[in-house]
Amino acid sequence: MYVLTQISRWAIPVLLFIIPFYAYLKKVNVYEVFVEGAQEGITTAFKILPFLVGMLVAISVFRASGAMDYLIRFLAPATNFLGIPGEILPLAVMRPLSGSGALGITAELIHQFGPDSFIGRLASTMQGSTDTTFYVLTVYFGSVGIIKYRHAITVGLIADVSSFIASVIICRLYFGG
Amino acid sequence: MVNIIWLILLLSGIIVAGLNGNIEVVTESAFKAAQTGVQISLEIIGIMTLWLGLLKLAEKSGLVGLLSKLVRPIAVLLFPSIPKDSPALGSIIMNLSANILGLGNAATPFGLKAMSQLQELNPHKTVASDAMITFLALNTSCITLIPAMVISLRVQEGSANPVEIVGTTILATACGTVCAVSADIILRKKYRSRF
Repeated sequence: MYVLTQISRWAIPVLLFIIPFYAYLKKVNVYEVFVEGAQEGITTAFKILPFLVGMLVAISVFRASGAMDYLIRFLAPATNFLGIPGEILPLAVMRPLSGSGALGITAELIHQFGPDSFIGRLASTMQGSTDTTFYVLTVYFGSVGIIKYRHAITVGLIADVSSFIASVIICRLYFGG
Repeated sequence: MVNIIWLILLLSGIIVAGLNGNIEVVTESAFKAAQTGVQISLEIIGIMTLWLGLLKLAEKSGLVGLLSKLVRPIAVLLFPSIPKDSPALGSIIMNLSANILGLGNAATPFGLKAMSQLQELNPHKTVASDAMITFLALNTSCITLIPAMVISLRVQEGSANPVEIVGTTILATACGTVCAVSADIILRKKYRSRF
């Protein structure tokens, strides 16, 4: 617990120190290069805008209509047994399929429940802890003409499911609730 | 698949609202969500700008190269089928290091290079090799040290401690990576007999 807290506290300050300092040692024009990279911040934000709007609209309608409540009640026996909040399931399904789609769902969960709620913290942890498995496999195998994936998809999904379960357990232990 | 999920969320929401007799919530929540989406994108610009500036410094200074020295011994262990002096190993290490630092744009070219170098070592050109699957297991499960986008979202929504999820994210990621690598080692033998 203590270690996790210290990692969270120190991660950003340490990187803010090390990266510019290392760049300076390597004779990089630190400020100019920083600004050059920083310009991409605006394009990144605008690039994700349509994805966020699309996914937020769909999931908000799904939630506001009461359909989400039906789904959560329907899955309650399973989710209660596993100790998983039902609200998080759409994110778990979307995460391996689409990075921007999952980001939209995470944004909605944080917005809806608050960043410091259990669901907000769990969604934050889940969003950061796995990658878009299907996208990566398709692009990488496709680039060299591999048709038979063998156990690659199984391994990728095992990674996703285990990070998901680990996120739930770790957040429960660490944040409580 | 994403198309289907998106469609199901939207259409089933509208149908349920209609059946429950409160169809007006559809219009209201859709419009509100669209505005929230724009608001979120605009408000994360600050932190994303700071972070991408920092990542550019990491890229230009060759921090990836420094990190790859730490990753190398682990990679040698995990890829017994690749000769130690093979350029494929170098590309894999660079890809993973760039991923850990969050340099998505820099990671992809290394990753694709690694795949084509692994393909040269692969005896069956249409079947994924052991090394390729191990590489992708690592690539999809072990990612970014600092989830900058998530932190920006948390800042934008007024979190009291936006970075508190860094430690939990790293630990959850580590669990996923360990499970992926173990599953790969177990399943590798089982799938070998099939071709």
